[in-house]
Amino acid sequence: MTMAIRVNLITGRTIQQGVAMEAGKEKPAYTTACGIIELDPADFKKLGTFRSTNVRVTSNHGSVVVKAVEATQGPHPGVAYIPMGPWANMIVNPNTYSTGMPTFKGVPVEVDVAKNEPVLSSLELVRKGCRGELA
Amino acid sequence: MTKTVTDVVCPFCGTLCDDLEVVVSDDGKDLLEVYNACAIGAEKFLHSQAKDRITRPRMRQEDGSWKEISYDEAAEYTARILADAKKPLMYGWSSTNCEAQSIGSEIGEAVGAVMDNTATVCHGTSLIAVQDIGIPSCTLGEVKNRADRILFWGCNPAHAHPRHMSRYSIFPRGFFTGKGHAGRKIIVVDPRVTDTAHVADVHLQIEQGHDYELLDAFRVAFKGEKLPDFVAGIPKEKIYEVAETLKSGRFAIIFFGMGVTQSIGKNHNIDAAIAVTRDLNEYTKAAIMPMRGHYNVTGSGQVWGWQFGFPFAVDLSRGFARYNPGETTSNDLLRRDEVDAVFVLGSDPGAHFPFSSVKKIYNLPSVAIDPHETPTTEVCKVHVPVAFVGVEVGGCAYRMDNVPIETRKVVDAPEGMMTDEEFLKRVFARVKAIKGV
Repeated sequence: MTMAIRVNLITGRTIQQGVAMEAGKEKPAYTTACGIIELDPADFKKLGTFRSTNVRVTSNHGSVVVKAVEATQGPHPGVAYIPMGPWANMIVNPNTYSTGMPTFKGVPVEVDVAKNEPVLSSLELVRKGCRGELA
Repeated sequence: MTKTVTDVVCPFCGTLCDDLEVVVSDDGKDLLEVYNACAIGAEKFLHSQAKDRITRPRMRQEDGSWKEISYDEAAEYTARILADAKKPLMYGWSSTNCEAQSIGSEIGEAVGAVMDNTATVCHGTSLIAVQDIGIPSCTLGEVKNRADRILFWGCNPAHAHPRHMSRYSIFPRGFFTGKGHAGRKIIVVDPRVTDTAHVADVHLQIEQGHDYELLDAFRVAFKGEKLPDFVAGIPKEKIYEVAETLKSGRFAIIFFGMGVTQSIGKNHNIDAAIAVTRDLNEYTKAAIMPMRGHYNVTGSGQVWGWQFGFPFAVDLSRGFARYNPGETTSNDLLRRDEVDAVFVLGSDPGAHFPFSSVKKIYNLPSVAIDPHETPTTEVCKVHVPVAFVGVEVGGCAYRMDNVPIETRKVVDAPEGMMTDEEFLKRVFARVKAIKGV
């Protein structure tokens, strides 16, 4: 039995994200590097699922399917990390509070297991999102 | 036979490493190997050689497919959408040279555009803070040769600026820092146990989004005043200890990144960080520096600084330069439907803007000028591939400490490809013809 968990999402650069980005954002390696959410082992336990399971991450601003992996730079219980990119940007808080800067860090999100939903590639995600074809 | 080009400048991050060696074929057409670069920099050089690279402009058709067009047609489309728009947004400018930025600014003035660079989602809030209270900064050379207290706040150079630590901040032996790493104390403030934190003497695992409190706590601790038991999840003993470490150094430097600029509080976090630096100067020499991301985002701020007086978010639509972050910044303009055409050069808002902004670009006349195929090219109507600056064409770039460095050309671009500068000149000529100026 799995249950949704609530965590605080931050985004940012990883070296895998940087390398994959320069190698081409249309390539599968970019999805592998950025279409993920890094969760703390304690949060995995609460979520009740295995590593490398697809999950749906939902905030007040949107929703996206990514693969859940164990935190590489932890422990950070209660904090989740999605590398910067189109996946993270589906759910970050776009409000700039009159600074010009969207709130990319510190977004409350809900993570739920979505085993049968695919992680889309970057171009597909943006294309389908623009055409309103996302679930 | 091959030849090795030395002292090549890396066009990836704001560290702007200038010691790369690149092996090229004898005819100067193929780039074979890259030495001294980090994984990301090396990938950037090598990717320019990709066999599936797009080398000609293309226009999106009704059915969603691409049709190849000439550079002239692409320049005509670009000039037309800019000239026809009431208030076009010209965004990006950080992955190109100052020469291209300069011509872009002239186009912006001619068409009354809003000019914005990637600082808008990166260190824009730092720039606001600098305008609020100033900045005591230094060059990376001073850091290497003098700094013995290094504080990384909300930044992770091990991933984002991979060679920063070995070239300037942690490991190198400098004139007054002969012991290298052993002579320096490294402090990291980050909500995660980052790979940078692993090489630090002290890691303060701050509660995410509580940077302002902890920065203020340091100002209290410097003066030896009373603190509550915990601030931002850090016990007060630890705060006093780190404050003492900073005060006891000969030269302290604070590097800060997206952890403070993008978390809630934004520019006010940087205000506090700069105030900490100022206070620290009561006891020792201290400086602070933003960890700029794109290799020439600093340069675009410089170019606009001297041309318009503002480093980002410059609105030229009224015939003079206005600057009001929150109003003239890209994401606010897009979300409020205040622009009617989008021009992107040297950046990828499709991947790095919140999706609500990306969707607006999709619905507007739009052009993306970028060597890569990206989520931005995916949502734009026209994609103009260009030569890689720093690989296939040289030009000026500014390092994160505002030091200008001339990047170098190491190989030829594929046959018939234009550079940013050449393409912009063609667009500008067309804009002048359309506008009759």
